[in-house]
Amino acid sequence: MPEPEPQPYDPVGPGENEAVAPTGQGGAMDLALDEAESLEKPLDPDPSAPRERARSLWSDAWHQLRRNPVFVISSLFILFLVVISLWPQLIASGDPLHCELSKSQQGSSPGHPFGYDTQGCDVYTRTVYGARASITVGICATLGAALLGSALGGLAGFFGGWGDSLLSRVADIFFGIPVVLGGLVFLSVVTSTTVWPVVGFIVLLGWPQLARIARGSVITAKQNDYVQAARALGAGNARILLRHVAPNAVAPVIVVATIALGTYIALEATLSFLGVGLRPPTVSWGIDISNAASQIRNAPHMLLWPALALSLTVLAFIMLGDAVRDALDPKLR
Amino acid sequence: MLLEVRDLHVEFTTRDGVAKAVNGVNYSVDEGETLAVLGESGSGKSVTAQAVMGILDTPPGRIAGGRILFKGKDLLKMKEDERRRIRGAEMAMIFQDALSSLNPVLSVGAQLGEMFEIHRGMSRKDSRAKAVELMDRVKIPAARQRVADYPHQFSGGMRQRIMIAMALALEPSLIIADEPTTALDVTVQAQVMDLLAELQRELGMGLILITHDLGVVADVADRIAVMYAGRIVESAPVHAIYRAPAHPYTRGLLDSIPRLDQKGQELYAIKGLPPNLLAIPPGCAFNPRCPMARPVCRTEVPPLAEVAPDRASACFFWKECLGA
Amino acid sequence: MGRYVIRRLLQMIPVFIGSTFLIFFMVYALGDPVAALFGDKAPDPATAARIRKDLYLDRPLWQQYVHYMGQIFKGDFGTAFNGQSVTDLMASAFPVTLRLTCVAILIEIVVGISLGVVSGLRRGKTIDTTLLVATLVVISVPTFVTGYLLQYLFGVKWGWVRPTVSPDAPFDELILPGIVLALVSLAYVTRLSRTSIAENAKADYVRTAVAKGLPRRRVVGRHLLRNSLIPVVTFIGTDIGALMGGAIVTERIFNIHGVGYQLYQGILRGNSPTVVGFVTILVIVFLVANLLVDLLYAVLDPRIRYA
Repeated sequence: MPEPEPQPYDPVGPGENEAVAPTGQGGAMDLALDEAESLEKPLDPDPSAPRERARSLWSDAWHQLRRNPVFVISSLFILFLVVISLWPQLIASGDPLHCELSKSQQGSSPGHPFGYDTQGCDVYTRTVYGARASITVGICATLGAALLGSALGGLAGFFGGWGDSLLSRVADIFFGIPVVLGGLVFLSVVTSTTVWPVVGFIVLLGWPQLARIARGSVITAKQNDYVQAARALGAGNARILLRHVAPNAVAPVIVVATIALGTYIALEATLSFLGVGLRPPTVSWGIDISNAASQIRNAPHMLLWPALALSLTVLAFIMLGDAVRDALDPKLR
Repeated sequence: MLLEVRDLHVEFTTRDGVAKAVNGVNYSVDEGETLAVLGESGSGKSVTAQAVMGILDTPPGRIAGGRILFKGKDLLKMKEDERRRIRGAEMAMIFQDALSSLNPVLSVGAQLGEMFEIHRGMSRKDSRAKAVELMDRVKIPAARQRVADYPHQFSGGMRQRIMIAMALALEPSLIIADEPTTALDVTVQAQVMDLLAELQRELGMGLILITHDLGVVADVADRIAVMYAGRIVESAPVHAIYRAPAHPYTRGLLDSIPRLDQKGQELYAIKGLPPNLLAIPPGCAFNPRCPMARPVCRTEVPPLAEVAPDRASACFFWKECLGA
Repeated sequence: MGRYVIRRLLQMIPVFIGSTFLIFFMVYALGDPVAALFGDKAPDPATAARIRKDLYLDRPLWQQYVHYMGQIFKGDFGTAFNGQSVTDLMASAFPVTLRLTCVAILIEIVVGISLGVVSGLRRGKTIDTTLLVATLVVISVPTFVTGYLLQYLFGVKWGWVRPTVSPDAPFDELILPGIVLALVSLAYVTRLSRTSIAENAKADYVRTAVAKGLPRRRVVGRHLLRNSLIPVVTFIGTDIGALMGGAIVTERIFNIHGVGYQLYQGILRGNSPTVVGFVTILVIVFLVANLLVDLLYAVLDPRIRYA
């Protein structure tokens, strides 16, 4: 009996099976010529098929991505973010923790294009250094959630049975806790000033989403004829899972994880804004925005720059995920 | 003449170029007549029908030329609202896959009754009574009890009967049936086909039967139009074609029907692939696959010419073909 | 249908127990409520022990949990450490947040679905592309940034609305906070309904509806929209939880004394009964909303109703 499976929390688009459509028929025929069967069985109903078949899903997607300006711009921007979070000194010579109260809330001046915040710290330097926390949290939390989620979800989807039911119910429990609320409760008791509690918390509440996606796409991939064929030829579970199912099920997980990375960065900033995420002396956009918000009438520049940096970062990841999904899902082209 | 399609051209804009799906189709249907349109996938038979109904997806589709005369009026020159009033009321279409062609979230009664509500302005209650009547007419058992059921609760054959009922609802003068039995079990196919033929006779409608199944055609059609690469290649009364085809493609189709008296022999298949509509071969589109092709076939397009009374072929060498 | 409802209700029970226990565990096992009660002062050991006994804190965690849940089902959510009963706090806070959430959901449904339909029916056109980019931008800018920005623009700079909401929070003052709260979800609803509409627009049954000679408004309104809304309804249902969580941020920006505000105060002060009580109610709201969505889903889609 089909159950109204709750939609996965897929921020930018349609349901979980969308991205697993097999590589495209492409070309003219599927647009309008929809007769079901070829008159002549041995004939291929799609004359453009032999050309298309040579391209795999991935190389086809890559071919399309390279020419997509959204993809190019967002990945270049992300590359830039990763570089400056590793070596912020490259573009910012100052010390983000060096502040002069005498310069509190001053506007921009030569060498300090973004001006100063309430404590008299240089906003430009802090904005540049703030990338590190966001990128670290985003990448680590996504890796953790994606690995944990796809391992559990993939196994549950592949083997089914009671383990699958158990996983679904456990995932339901985590879905039952609103994320920001859970963050407040969980992180308010933590005293560490590193990024790890935040990462751990995001992984804890983030994995069920990815587990659902992985489960769904493994179930879809498992039902493919070539998997049945491999099974009929006597391939073992491990071989089927690793060689036949996983490569075909991984695309949606990658798409959702990329988009999730953006939302995790936004979540970290929200938690930091509420005072339970990252804590000083860690430099974080969320903290800076929180401090600047109360002063918006006097010194809007304090809010503008970290907010802009944060929004652009989140936007870049979401756009990247969106572009990758479009490329991997021939149906939507 | 009830319907005349004159020199119809339809194109589809795709990422890889313009696909010429229909390239100058001519056919006509009279009241009470059944025209079978025969052809492979991509021959343009469904696209032509969609152009006649006015349900072509535009874009990517585009009617590039031609006329469609229905009861003497050119449908392509009508305003959309005028055409809409004809659709469903005066001409109706039966689709191949009834499960996906019926709305899954509305009861069949609602979907049948809708025809009367919209075109005849009937009340919901009266239109529901009409729906029951229709279901009776297409021989769905216990129609009164099942009128509130949803499409997924019916069997494939019953669903196709509902599609037929919907098309017949307002007793249109033309019905286009696009592979009406392809999605059904063989045993059910015959029942549905018989029902369609019976109702057509009763109501005296014109019927365009789009199919690739030669077996179905022989029983119910009056005339056959064979399509290839968006063109009619042969048009003739059904018995004439079965006796002796006047086009090598039609011959290929007839030869590829499996026959019980040839048990053990290899099945015949037309060699090669249907043409790519983005790059239709110059000359006769069939020439790369034609066993009779000569040099002229690669350079000149053979016109659809009358070869006998009421009979036309688009082959330079139709005489040879008839004699073969 | 009846069996379906019962099955869904039964499935809710373990989820309810799991979620509330998880929250209970976080609050009581990871933090020390008694230490929090005394703030910076060192607690008097005897008093601390008495409080622990009163609050069942000297028992194993699962007994505390069972005791707590027992109290809740008698309608007793305990007493906040400042002596106010948690039920009283709820009575003042929940109506405010409920109004805020209603405003937000209404905006989300009306604006989100309308934009999605417009966009999906004109796929690839300028308006569609513009909306797609706009929704991505809205999704990318965190709520607290848009919140302060809109508050500054509408409340302070142009003076169109009160920048903060008065304690009794009438509907008209909740419009701006409602927009802020709804904005991100609205963008998701727009995108989701766009995809759904665009996909269903190609469906065979839509072609049938056109072939029946139905006017375009009826094709879209009766045939296309109803099928397309099914995934959107699911999203809005699961989003109710996210909205209530998001209300913490919105309520802080606009100084609204609702659930988010009380929860935030409770967490900052380590006021465990308040936190657990409020979160438990929120989890119930979330689960009930999901149940309602499932039922609505069944109403919209007969294939589920009769499965």
